[in-house]
Order: sequence, then structure tokens, then C-alpha cells
Amino acid sequence: MTAHLPVLQVVIPLLAATLCAVARRGRIAWGIALATSWTAFWIAIQLLARVQAEGPISYALGGWAAPVGIEYRIDLVSAFVLVIVTAIGAVVTPYALKSVEREIDTTQIPLFYAAFLLCLTGLLGIAVTGDVFNVFVFLEISSLSAYSLIALGQDRRALTAAFQYLIMGSIGATFIVIGIGMMYVMTGTLNMADLSVLLAELGPNRTIAVAFGFLTVGISLKLALFPLHLWLPNAYTYAPSAVTAFIASTATKVAVYMLLRFFFTVFGVVFSFNVMRLNIVLLVLALLAIFSMSLVAIFQTNVKRMLAYSSVAQIGYMILGISLASVTGLTAGILHLFNHAMIKGSLFMAMGCVMYRVGSVEIEAMRGLGKKMPWTMAAFVAGGFSLIGLPFTVGFISKWYLILGAVERDAWPVAGLVLITSLMAVVYIWRVVEAAYFQEAPGDGASGVGAIEGSREPIVEAPLALLIPTWALIVANFYFGTDATFTVELAESAARTLFGLVP
Amino acid sequence: MSPGTILGVAIALPLIGAIAILALGKWPNARDAAGIVTAGVLFTLVLRLVEPIRAGLRPEHPILEVLPGVSLSLKLEPLGLLFALVASFLWIVTAVYAVGYMRGHHEKNQTRFFAFFAIAISAAMGVAFAGNLFTLFAFYEAITLCTFPLVTHHGTPEAKKAGRVYLGILLTTSISFQLLAIIWTWHLAGTLDFQEGGILAGTASNGLLSVLLILFFFGAGKAAVMPFHRWLPAAMVAPTPVSALLHAVAVVKVGVFTILKVSVYVFGVDLLGTLASTTWLAWIAATTIILGSLVAFTKDNLKARLAYSTISQLSYIVLGALLANEWGIIGGGMHIVMHAFGKITLFFAAGAVLVAAHEKDISRMGGLGRTMPITFGAFFVGSLSIIGLPPAGGAWSKWFLGMGTLEAGQVGLLAVLMVSSLLSLVYLLEVPVRAFFSAPPEDAHLGDGIHEAPWPTVVAMVITALATLGLFLNPGPFYELMTLVVN
Repeated sequence: MTAHLPVLQVVIPLLAATLCAVARRGRIAWGIALATSWTAFWIAIQLLARVQAEGPISYALGGWAAPVGIEYRIDLVSAFVLVIVTAIGAVVTPYALKSVEREIDTTQIPLFYAAFLLCLTGLLGIAVTGDVFNVFVFLEISSLSAYSLIALGQDRRALTAAFQYLIMGSIGATFIVIGIGMMYVMTGTLNMADLSVLLAELGPNRTIAVAFGFLTVGISLKLALFPLHLWLPNAYTYAPSAVTAFIASTATKVAVYMLLRFFFTVFGVVFSFNVMRLNIVLLVLALLAIFSMSLVAIFQTNVKRMLAYSSVAQIGYMILGISLASVTGLTAGILHLFNHAMIKGSLFMAMGCVMYRVGSVEIEAMRGLGKKMPWTMAAFVAGGFSLIGLPFTVGFISKWYLILGAVERDAWPVAGLVLITSLMAVVYIWRVVEAAYFQEAPGDGASGVGAIEGSREPIVEAPLALLIPTWALIVANFYFGTDATFTVELAESAARTLFGLVP
Repeated sequence: MSPGTILGVAIALPLIGAIAILALGKWPNARDAAGIVTAGVLFTLVLRLVEPIRAGLRPEHPILEVLPGVSLSLKLEPLGLLFALVASFLWIVTAVYAVGYMRGHHEKNQTRFFAFFAIAISAAMGVAFAGNLFTLFAFYEAITLCTFPLVTHHGTPEAKKAGRVYLGILLTTSISFQLLAIIWTWHLAGTLDFQEGGILAGTASNGLLSVLLILFFFGAGKAAVMPFHRWLPAAMVAPTPVSALLHAVAVVKVGVFTILKVSVYVFGVDLLGTLASTTWLAWIAATTIILGSLVAFTKDNLKARLAYSTISQLSYIVLGALLANEWGIIGGGMHIVMHAFGKITLFFAAGAVLVAAHEKDISRMGGLGRTMPITFGAFFVGSLSIIGLPPAGGAWSKWFLGMGTLEAGQVGLLAVLMVSSLLSLVYLLEVPVRAFFSAPPEDAHLGDGIHEAPWPTVVAMVITALATLGLFLNPGPFYELMTLVVN
């Protein structure tokens, strides 16, 4: 049984998704999704423990050995990503119950959970597989289900957002598959380990250089690297709350994982950074992303959209860490994968609580919520502290390593920019704080801004079913910010693995 | 309890007090008693640390490892103890004062106010006993955040605006300068621990370390060195007990304390003296001393005048650190104490005038000395201490600072200290002189006889005023602590 955990990690959510699709009632589908997401989380932890103890796991799918068959290969990096994705899944599913019932048609709820589990399947598949074409297949599974999840948003603009994402995402996927095809033409293999050996033997080669270019663009589109991020703000803004919380914390992270996989494992550090100079491209784009998107976030009036732009900036931090091309920098990037998942997950979940009671996430609608929804807004403020990077939050840990990486390279302007953009985060978080704590709620009797249309129910604290998962993530933010030795050591050995050093 | 444990308890105790205050919110008398009792217990605890320090002990108390090699850890050393003694003692007095003030002034949300106040003290204890730069930074930021609700206590648009300035300047300086400096130090020295003699000597060129010093200098925004001083006058919108304890003692002293501590335990006095930027920064502090005094002249609002006076006086301490010799460090440390007692007295008096006579402007305080003789008497004594005249304690710290400038061969800086003292003589003594000798404004309705603010405020003022006199007669204990720092 335990030997098959790598494949069960993917197969269980896949099968459960079909069960959800045939379930008649939303609550049954939810029950299946809950059991699945927690099982997946448990499997991921088992896998991580095994990788830590015994080294990388190789699993031949269906008993067909690589390179003929598909190899599932789990090393520290993939095990870490599996834990991130499944942990967020395990927290978001309990949260989804009430949030989804409020935001989505009853008849569509079973299908929602089916799509949700498919998305989970795809994301987990990308992380476990050691086969580049298999990566593409899982990428499409996760993307297609993500498009449909986003389209389920209440607002009609969710449809255009999903369509926009569909077009951009498909272009990205096409680029990726073209890149994979070129590599296959040149080497005749799709297995990552095999590819890395054959590509190195091949030497300088124009086709491979072009394949590299296609993959760079395709993956950058998927991870919303500036300026290929245009699909992201709308998608995050109009998706149902639970979907935003899930996708914002996982999908782009897995795309960053793909980037690491392709450029470190398949192409190799030397080719990617010394020959193709990818680090310079990434550095410039990351800095642009961090600065410009933090600036744009300041001027948003919709808090979810604000957080979405902030996400693009935060992805910039991860890419910045990678582009420093040092162990410390890469450690920072991998750490921020984990840390940002918790930060944005908790912030978007807090906004989901607001959506549940107030029916709007415009800043205007936050007025006076500090008194009416004290726990929700306290969660937002705490998550905001983490985003800013105050001590004892995970955001601080990420910033520490990112700046240390920059200082090691004597890249002073980079260190300065990271610090300045942290202050920009103070500005956009504080706009919400001021609205919530310093402004009076719109007068009662009148149908104030953002009140659910036709409903007269007074705004009170969000239900515990939403608050508990939100606060679970907030606590995680502070726990892993107070005792970060575990995550830091993990990220550091993962970074060493990627550089081909002994961990 | 071992001294190491006391360090941890000193931080935890005010937090427990805050919880008690929140729990007793419905019973104001019990709530306020809880605050005062917590303050009293805290002071007796801190007092128990004096003996171990004298015995030469420097106990450490690691709490947890946050990052590999970077831990949250406490350490007892004389400079921190000096700060903790002052802050915890004045907390007792302020707690008494605040009861009279908040009730006399009919402030709202008093429970929240007292709770955040206690949390701020907890963070101040954390700064005092920080064993390394990371711990210092963490508590430094905690103070900024937990005093924000105190500054914006009234919730008015004016308070909101002041809150923005407050948070904006303090977070900008600490995150963009101090944090960078700390990470850089970690990169250079491989440790963040405060060690006697410093940790940076020989790790990088003089030029780089000079830049690092500049980062630390401006990173301690709470020291209110120009041009990062605007938050302090802005913070004056807070209720007066906050201005008194936090913005004359705890918060601002955290800033200068950071600079002193970094000078002594990170750079080390010897290294500091050789850096190119030290003299330049000393002159920036000197400029702040003079400009702060000059601006104080122009302020008619009493609290604003006191705020600029604080800006000026804080730079005395910064200057003391940057003189990079024993007298400068001793003078700086002593001035933390002397200025704290003097300035808190002045703020107590300003608050009492606000509560009893509802006056904020100095120009309208004529004649008030007749109805509030104790208040203005206390103000007079406090002023003497700030100016540096006998028989008030401030004379000692100014004396040592003056010695420091001579030792450093900086006669120009000595002149700055003298000129600023003269300026403060004028702008501070104007207040009691006006109150006792000028005629009241025409539209004022001064009743007959004595009309002081509620008794707790008067008691608090008298205690701190007497303490400044006492510190002139016996500055010994604090002097002894400071000699332990430099030796």
C-alpha cells in the first residue's frame, strides 16, 4: 500500500471527482471532497517524511519502467509542493461548505466539487510526475477545471474572466507543448531524468534553445509573471471566494514548481543560467512585477482585485529569489512558495467571510466592519501583517532570506526594492484597515452600499464554519513565522537538491 | 526565580495585566486597580535584577530559535536594566495618573486604552532585555503597532491622519533601514548577538561599516532625529498619558536606546570612533538639537512645544552615543533617565491643565498658576531638569555629555549643547512664568481658590517632580549602571 502512495496521491482525487459529479446533493459531494482532500494531505505528509528519510522516490506507473513508461518521481521539492497544495486543499474544503452554498446555485454544487477535485488532481499530478508530457496533461486537467471553477462566480463578469483565462492559459499550454515536442524531436525521450542527461550530451543546439524559449513563455504565462499576468486579476476577483482562496494559494505555486523543474532539473543550471541567461530575464521581470503591481494594488477599490495584484507582485518575489541563482536566493523563492500560500490563502478567506455577510468586497463595503465582524477583520489585519512581513510572521521569514540573498550578491538596489515594496504593502493593507476601523458603517435603514440586494439581515460576524479555517491559516502564518527552522531547512535542502549539491 | 526567568516574566507580566484589564472591563475600579498592581509587581521584579548586575552576572534566556542561527533571546545587561527600571517605575506613576486623567476627561473606550498601554509596556520590556538585534527589532515593531490604537484613540479624522504619519514614518525607517542593516550585519558578522566590544570589528572596510552605521542611525526612527521626526508631534493627538509615558519615555527612548545599544554592543565604542560617518551623524544630531529647540519656540500649543522639546532632547542622547567615548555613553544613558523624569512631569502638568482648565495653548495660561499652583510648580521643577539646571537631575546628564564633547575634542558640539540649553530655558520657563505672573485672558473665567485636576494626577506629578530633585542629590545608582556599560 505505502509503495503506491505516489500514484494514490493523484488517483484518489481523480476518482473522487467522478463520484462528486454523480452525487445528487451538494452536501454529499462536499463530504467526498472533504474526505479526499484530507486523505491527500495525509498522503503528502507521508511522502514528504519518506523523501526526507530515504531520498527521492521513483515509481513506475503501471509497472512500465522509464523511459518507456511514465515515471512518478518525488524529491524534496515536489514533496514540499505536494504538502503545500494538499494543505491548502484541506483547509479550503471545510471552508467551502457554507461559502459555496451562499455563492453558487444548488444544482451546480456537486459539479463544483467535481471540478475542484479535478483541479486538485491536476496540480498534484504536475508535482509528482517525472515525465514532461505528463506534466502537460496534468496542467490541462488543472487549468480546464480552474476555468470552469472561475466561471461559477456570482458576478456575470466571471464568465469573461474565465474566458480570458481560457484563451491566455491555452496559449501558454500550447507554448509548453511545442517546447516539449521540440525536446522530444531532438532526444526521443520525455522522461525528465533521461532528458537532462541527453540534453547535456547534445551540447549547444538551436532547436533546444528555441524549445527553452517556448517553455519560458508558456510557464511564465501560467505563473502570471509580469507582463503575462493579465488573466489573473479578473480571474481572482470574480471567482467564488473559496475558489480564489484555493487557486491563489496553489495554481501559481505549482507553475513556479514547473519552472524550477524544467530549468533546474531538465535543462540544468548551467544551460539555463550561464548559457541562456534566464536569470537576467527573470530578474528584470521580477523587479518590474514587484514594483509596478504593488503600485497598482494601492489604487484598487475592490479588495479581492487588490490582493490579486499583490499576488502578481508576490510571485515576483519568488521569481526574484530564483533569479539570484544562489542557494540562499532559491531557498527564499521556495520558502515564499509555502509562505505566500498561507498569506494569500488566509487573506482571501477573510474576504470570503466578508462576501458571505456583506455581499461585496469593495473597500466602501468594509466601512465599520471592524466592529461588526471583529474576528474576520482581525484575521485580515493579521494576514496583512504577514504580507507586509512583520517579525513572527511567515512573510518576515521570506523577506529575510530574499534580502540576505540580495545582500550576498551585493545587489543593493534589489534589497532596497524588496523593502520599499513591503512598505507599499503597508499602504494597501492600511486602506482596508482604515475603512474597517475608522469609518462608520453606512446607515442602517437605507440599503447601504454592498448590502445583499433585497436582504434585510443585519451584518454580523461570519459563521464559525468560515472563521475556523481562516484562523487555522492565520495561526499557521504565525506558527511558521515564529519557528521557521523546519521550513527553512526543508527549503534549503530542496534548493541544494535543485542545484545538484548534496543536501 | 533566577534572573534569566525574571527577564521572561517581565515581558509576560504586562501581557497578563492586559488580559486582566480586558476581563475586568465592566468594573472600572477593579480594572484600573489591576493595571496599577501589574505595574507595581513589574517594577519590583525589575528591581530584583539590580543585584545580579552588580554581582557581574549577565544571564541569558533563549526562548526559541526562529531561523537557523537567529533566535528570540533575552539577555540582561546594565543599559537595558536602566531603561527597564525607568520605564517600569514610571508606568506605576502613569497608571495612577491615567486613572485621574481618563475619568476626569471623560474618555471613551478606556478598557481598550489601558489594555494596549500594558501591551506597549510589555514590548518596551522586550526591547530593554533583547539579547540580539532580531529580538530588538521584533519588539521595536511590536511597540509601533500596539501604540497605533493609542495614538488614534479618538478615532477622529485628525487622529486617523496622525496615525498615518506615525505608522508611515516609523515603519518606513524600521523596515527599509533597520531591517536591512540587521540582515547586512548578519551577513557580515554571522551573529546578531549583543556582545561587549561589538561584533563588527574587522568584518568589512571602514567605508561599508560607515554606511551600515547610517542605516542603523536612521533605522531607529523612534529616536526622532531629523528629518524623520514628524511622527512625534503627530502622535500628540493621543490622550496625554500616552504622550507622557510613551512619547516622552517608552517609545522614544526605545529609539535612542537602540542607537546606544548598537553603538556599544554591535559596533563597539572603539570601532565607532574610527568610522567616517560618526562625526557627520553627530552633527546631524546637533542640528536636530538646535532646530528642535527653535521650532519649540514657535509652538503655542503646549503639547506640541513639549514634543519638539523632546525631539531636541532625544538627540542629546544620540549625540552622546556618537561621541564614541565613555563620557558620551554615560551621559547619553543618564539622559535617558533624567529626561524621562523631567519630561513626564511636564506632560503630566500639561494634561492636568487640559483636564482642569480645558486649556491647550500657552498664550491662554496666564493666571492659571494661582488656581493650579501644584501643577505649575511641578512644571517648573520638570523644566529645570530638562534645561539642566541644579537642583534637578538633568544637570548631571548634561554635565557628562559636555565632558564627552570635550573628550572628543568637539568644542563646536559643546557650544550646541549650551545654546540649546539656553533656548530651552526660555521656551520652557515661559509657561510657569506666564501662569504665575501674567494676567488671565479676558474671556477666561477663573474661579476663586485652588482648582487642581483630580487628585491622582496631582499625586503623580508631585512624585515625578520630587524624583527629579532626588536624582540631583543621588544619581549614583544610575551612574553606577552606566559605568558598568562602558567598562
